Amino acid sequence: MKLRWMAPIFVMALGLPAQTAKNSCVECHAALEGDLARPAELFANDIHGKNGFSCVACHGGDPSSDDPEVAMSRGRGFLGKIDRRSVPARCARCHSDANLIHRFKPQQRVDQLAQYQTSVHGQRLAAGDVKVANCIDCHSVHDIREVSDPLSPVYPLRLPETCARCHADAAHMQGYRIPTDQFEKYRKSVHWEALAQRGDLSAPNCATCHGNHGAAPPGVASVAMVCGSCHVVFENLFVKSPHKKAFDNMGLAGCVVCHSNHDVEKPTLALVGVQPGAVCLNCHAKGDKGYEAAMQMRSRLEQLAASLGRSDDILKMAESSGMEVSEARLGLGTANESLVKAEVDLHSFDPAMVDGAVAKGLEVAQSSYRAGQKALEERDYRRKGLALSLVTIVVTMAGLWLAVRELDNRRKKSS
Amino acid sequence: MPNHEPVSRRRNLIQALLGAGFGASFLSFLYPALKFMMPPKVAESAANQVSAGKAADLKPNSARIFRFGSRPAILVRTPEGEWRAFSAVCTHLNCTVQYNDQTHRIWCACHNGQFDLKGKVVGGPPPRPLEEYVVHVQGDEVVVARS
Amino acid sequence: MLRRALNWLADRAGVDSIRSFLAHKTVPIHSATIWYYFGGITLFLFVIQVLTGMLLLLYYRPTPNEAFETVQFIITRVQFGWLVRSVHSWSGNLMVLSAMIHMFSVFFLRSYRQPRELIWLSGMVLLFLTLMFGFSGYLLPWNTLAFFATKVGTDMAGLVPVAGSFLRRFLRGGDEVTGATLTRFFGFHVAVLPGLTTLLLLFHLALVQKWGMSSRQRSGEPVSTMPFFPNFVLRELIAWYGALGVLGTLAALFPWELGTKADPFASAPAGIRPEWYFLAVFYTLKLIPSKVLFMDGEVVGIVVFGLAAAGWMLIPFWDRQPEEAEQHRLLTGVGAFVIAYLVVFSVLGYWR
Repeated sequence: MKLRWMAPIFVMALGLPAQTAKNSCVECHAALEGDLARPAELFANDIHGKNGFSCVACHGGDPSSDDPEVAMSRGRGFLGKIDRRSVPARCARCHSDANLIHRFKPQQRVDQLAQYQTSVHGQRLAAGDVKVANCIDCHSVHDIREVSDPLSPVYPLRLPETCARCHADAAHMQGYRIPTDQFEKYRKSVHWEALAQRGDLSAPNCATCHGNHGAAPPGVASVAMVCGSCHVVFENLFVKSPHKKAFDNMGLAGCVVCHSNHDVEKPTLALVGVQPGAVCLNCHAKGDKGYEAAMQMRSRLEQLAASLGRSDDILKMAESSGMEVSEARLGLGTANESLVKAEVDLHSFDPAMVDGAVAKGLEVAQSSYRAGQKALEERDYRRKGLALSLVTIVVTMAGLWLAVRELDNRRKKSS
Repeated sequence: MPNHEPVSRRRNLIQALLGAGFGASFLSFLYPALKFMMPPKVAESAANQVSAGKAADLKPNSARIFRFGSRPAILVRTPEGEWRAFSAVCTHLNCTVQYNDQTHRIWCACHNGQFDLKGKVVGGPPPRPLEEYVVHVQGDEVVVARS
Repeated sequence: MLRRALNWLADRAGVDSIRSFLAHKTVPIHSATIWYYFGGITLFLFVIQVLTGMLLLLYYRPTPNEAFETVQFIITRVQFGWLVRSVHSWSGNLMVLSAMIHMFSVFFLRSYRQPRELIWLSGMVLLFLTLMFGFSGYLLPWNTLAFFATKVGTDMAGLVPVAGSFLRRFLRGGDEVTGATLTRFFGFHVAVLPGLTTLLLLFHLALVQKWGMSSRQRSGEPVSTMPFFPNFVLRELIAWYGALGVLGTLAALFPWELGTKADPFASAPAGIRPEWYFLAVFYTLKLIPSKVLFMDGEVVGIVVFGLAAAGWMLIPFWDRQPEEAEQHRLLTGVGAFVIAYLVVFSVLGYWR
């Protein structure tokens, strides 16, 4: 509250026209139609408006006058529509000023303009290309919301679509000689699934890898770094693996060689090995050491996966006949984890390391299989018990029936 | 007279059949019921709290995985000797976490998720903190309960 | 010595009078005698419920934190716990079924007619109590399905005009289905309902003894009978053993599922439906449009069901003909319609 009350004072200190009780911009524009009215409507939701800034903070002019000639005169500092090339600088007047910004958000960074100038967008804009994105293309304009506001176009869940507005538009991207299928591919990826389906806001979107204000594609050398910022274990293993050097020599970019970039799909065992479709075959051929290793690792992983499948099947069978096997399920969970670990260890591309994790998992999977077998034995034991008691029941029923018949016969005779 | 003989034999047969049937069926109901009443080996259901083992078995700056209900949990003894317990299921992809005595963090080997000793995420992909449990030390026994 | 002790016991306990009573009691024989067994089967299942219920009480604890786990404990750790729990669940369901068969057989055999009005009335109340047993027992394992079914069920009780909101609060022990509901349902299930049922059952049986079994006798036709003891009792025993065999087979081959533990904060899973004996009512209420004339559709539904149940209960007072007169065609039609309705709507409710 205090800040809001003080805001106009800071604005005045900056030499900007302060928000006054009167705002003829909104008054007139709200009465107009179409495009001229929209900014006035939208501004109600704008974070700047909520913090005490008004139209004049960006556009200049004099909101205290009802006369359009006066209010929008160059003499009163009116700028009109901000030129696309000068938008970043316009925003940065405040957003690069730590003193001002930190009054409102003490943790907010103030290097956005500097970053932007290093980005492909910023560099092209400086070179005179007005088609590239500037601040308002991503953050929208007149209804700029905080990034943490789910309605903001740069909220993690909405960011990919925002980037795709230009990057998936073939007409717009004509002449830049880059693909326009990134969004389509991204939507097939595990990252999109984590973000959109599971609602995990920490899952990577475009900006996580490419940066936001300093948006640039990571180069060949830095791809492993980008992926490794989350997938640390994989990066550590990869860096120590024989592939690191080989890839560097060939100018290949780490992770994406096998996993691709935008459409990082959930990796399956089909990726590894020497069967058609396996990525190893892209470089290795029969007879070399890598081919042997790929074959070996694949068969070990498959062995564990199959063992897990068998255990799962028998537990399912036990469950469907009403047996409680939650303990064995818990065990199977740790065996599954061994498979996950083995798949991680795979990135050392060292068969011995994969073997270690697989052996551990096999042991647990087999013990849950035995638990499943025991449960099925228990089920059979129950069925035998049931059969036995059914026999006694049937025998008794037969005895009773004979007794009833005999009674009836006796009664008939006596009557 | 001659036709009385088979009748009484028949009656005897029926009586034997009935007796055996009643006896056997009665036993087959009584047996499970008596067995049911015998206290089982594990006297308590691990519903709300569970014993996580002996206090003496866990030195400071170490941890142990134990079963809590149907999922694994981790009992951590901090370097300062405090007891903490969390769900050991990583919030990223459900791997079981472990304690790293070098970094004094709870760590998930699958994708390097890192949690501090309060269960908060301090690194890696996990989206949420680990669920924390309450630890009571009763004599030599460590008892972990849902809060 | 033993003989003397037995004689003494028989004398002091009045076995003679019981024996002479049994010797005189007879059961009519005719083409529909088979339906007479269902009352006995219901009684038998009730006894099974009491016995297995007592066993379950050795381990069960009625708190939201422990209910599910203790049931899980019973079926995994306690020897034959799976059997006892499964028998209890199955027997409860079979008891509802056999009570309903008993009721319809009495209806179609016109056995409710004077002077047996009170037998019919007490039987109807017993059926209601049986349904309440089912409703309260369903919640006790505290699993997801039961939790939400109880929510829906108590919501329906809340639709009853005037007393509805009180009734709902009373059943739930508060405004929501919580641990308080569980405690209360447990109390109903193991104390209140068994007590009431036992008392009413004695009343019901005493009246059956007083008035004897309705013979379905037509005027002029001679009635053949058999002695109640041992002829009928032995036959009834066969039926009980048969029921036991069915029960054991169901319990052992299709153990009652436990499902997942209820989470009061989770959203209701799809496919929430009550126990099968409430399905017809449940499905009908779902079909009724939200507004009927100026009234709330569901309230109309509840009121109509209430009136129908009351009308059904009071049948001995509508149908005041003497025992031997044929059933009115209209009443037979009503009975057939009720059965058809229950079957069709239960099946629809199950599949939809």
